Amino acid sequence: MKYVDEFRNRDIAERLVKRIREACHQRITLMEVCGTHTVAIHRNGLPELLPKEITLISGPGCPVCVTPVSDIDRAIALSQKDGVIIATFGDLLRVSGSQTSLLKQCSLGADVRIVYSAYDAFYLAEQNPERQVVFLGVGFETTAPTVAAVIRRAREAGLNNFSVLSMHKVLPPALLSLVTSPQVKINGFICPGHVSTIIGTGIYKRVAADFHIPCVVAGFEPVDILQAIALLVEQIERGEAKVEIQYLRAVSPEGNLKAMAIMDDVFETSDSIWRGFGMLPQSGLKLKADYAQCDAERRYNIPPVKSQEPPGCICGDILRGIKRPPDCSLFKKLCTPDNPVGACMVSSEGTCAAYYQFSGVNIA
Amino acid sequence: MKQDIRGKGTITLDHGGGGRAYRELIHTYFLPRFANPYLEKMDDSAVVEIPQGRVAMTTDCYVVDPIFFPGGNIGSLAVCGTVNDLSVQGARPLFLSAGFILEEGLSLNDLEKILIAMEEACREAGVIIVTGDTKVVPKGKADKIFINTTGIGIIQPGVDISGSNAKAGDKIILSGTMGDHGIAILSQREGLAFDTSLKSDVAPLNHMVRQCLTMSREIHAMRDPTRGGVAAALNEIALQSNVGIRINDAAIPVKEEVRAACEVLGLDPLSVANEGKLLMFVVPGDALRVLEEMRKNRYGKGAQIIGEVIPDYRGRVIMATAMGGTRIIDMPLGEQLPRIC
Repeated sequence: MKYVDEFRNRDIAERLVKRIREACHQRITLMEVCGTHTVAIHRNGLPELLPKEITLISGPGCPVCVTPVSDIDRAIALSQKDGVIIATFGDLLRVSGSQTSLLKQCSLGADVRIVYSAYDAFYLAEQNPERQVVFLGVGFETTAPTVAAVIRRAREAGLNNFSVLSMHKVLPPALLSLVTSPQVKINGFICPGHVSTIIGTGIYKRVAADFHIPCVVAGFEPVDILQAIALLVEQIERGEAKVEIQYLRAVSPEGNLKAMAIMDDVFETSDSIWRGFGMLPQSGLKLKADYAQCDAERRYNIPPVKSQEPPGCICGDILRGIKRPPDCSLFKKLCTPDNPVGACMVSSEGTCAAYYQFSGVNIA
Repeated sequence: MKQDIRGKGTITLDHGGGGRAYRELIHTYFLPRFANPYLEKMDDSAVVEIPQGRVAMTTDCYVVDPIFFPGGNIGSLAVCGTVNDLSVQGARPLFLSAGFILEEGLSLNDLEKILIAMEEACREAGVIIVTGDTKVVPKGKADKIFINTTGIGIIQPGVDISGSNAKAGDKIILSGTMGDHGIAILSQREGLAFDTSLKSDVAPLNHMVRQCLTMSREIHAMRDPTRGGVAAALNEIALQSNVGIRINDAAIPVKEEVRAACEVLGLDPLSVANEGKLLMFVVPGDALRVLEEMRKNRYGKGAQIIGEVIPDYRGRVIMATAMGGTRIIDMPLGEQLPRIC
């Protein structure tokens, strides 16, 4: 595939591995913030290629995983309302709420449809004028602008049977929470390419300058990731902490101004609960009053649910990079992709799912 | 009178009533397509002569949605799927049965297209449908058309092929590109429709298998990687035979369009369904000869040796990644979920 194969080239990868091995002289812990990176790392068997001194830990960059049980419970409560069609990305279906999951509700008669984009939910509403369609908005700055665009279109079209339950989150507060936490020891960040395409590199400059942690924005192919690791290791060995963009073919320092403008038009930040992090101030996105008619939060009186995290599950610590999946007593025993206990096992981008699916040659 | 219903109209509940409408449907649509002395007798059972040898028997239900897709339809699938299930057991397919559940409202034109595809697939595979049944259910009680086919084949003496016979050292041949069928189907799904020139690979593989069997007496195991794809088929054999399997990412043939669609949809081509491919486990000394023979068949042109059976990692499948690392290939879970970002 053009523009992809060159980033999967084994010779280049081998040269990068050699470069990393030559540069690395100390124990280094790097966090890949994004779930897509976690998957790419394990799918390509990269940990095995790296020197033992380098530990990769996974961060909070899987949107499904950081969605708290309470939000899943609210989505499930909405699915039980008469006449409501829930439109959602597939990953959310299997995530357990306190009692049940959307998938289980489906088998009991809830009308839940998998969509690939918020636009599909919009069309679903157009095609079902007698029903209410609620789109479950989950995702970071990568996803939020397209959802915002759909909300704008729904308002323009006067579509009054379409709304969004916004559980969107923004990444910078979680990143700052990680670097200020005494439990978390990270020597460098592999920064998320997709999110950075939208938000640019402003936040990483702060992390690098104020906390002296180098940041490299990376693409998602194996060569991208290896090059990012090489750049990080070299910075760390030189005692530097600056922001570099490895993913130059997609990311600019200022980000995508148009996408951010649409997002700002429709959403405003609000306090938000993250699985593993708890409440992070101004880390969520809710619909502005101008778009109240598309706001499921305002439209429906969702009864408060007493939510409970599954006992024994350490997803929270995994999302902050304090623990790794094999440290969990449930991993591969009670918690499997067929029967996930925590959210990190559900999403294909979840750390536990990635470990379960792709690695384990040595940890099995 | 027979011409009255041809080419227009739809299936009604009358067609399932066992009376005149039913007979007309059978005589106009079914019998002419599948004409053979066994079927034409119209007895309650077909009585057939079976040549000497062990008999293999298999059954499968076909409920594919959509019923028409690039490269085939539910009819070609219903014949090829069962022919292939017999073939990968080393059996020569001979006779099929076909059961149809038709939803009230199915267009007769569509039914005819499906039956034509079945007729063509039977002719190519050299099998005949010797008995059948048709039921009609009210609208909403089925989705357009469901088909069940059962197949009978015979196994030549000396042929012993089973998913539990794979042995350490065996080379694993994949007969061509992975995932064509699954992606062709997905490209047509409501809400997901995308343009692609990709066609389903649905095809009867019995002739290719017969050719390969003449090249080696030590083909140990075969499987057609349908639902769950190559990942599921290899995991099944690793478990059944209690062996490890190592495959090589770089050796696995995948079409460019399939790879691209999988990237976009967040799917793994290894877990995507095929309907005209097989995996063959062959003793190492015969592998190249069998591979060469397979490539002579139109359905085996893209065949590759993709890996081998190893004594360790029992019950598991591992893959050498193109980057030089290793990863586990797990049994895929149910439906693959579309990814979010």
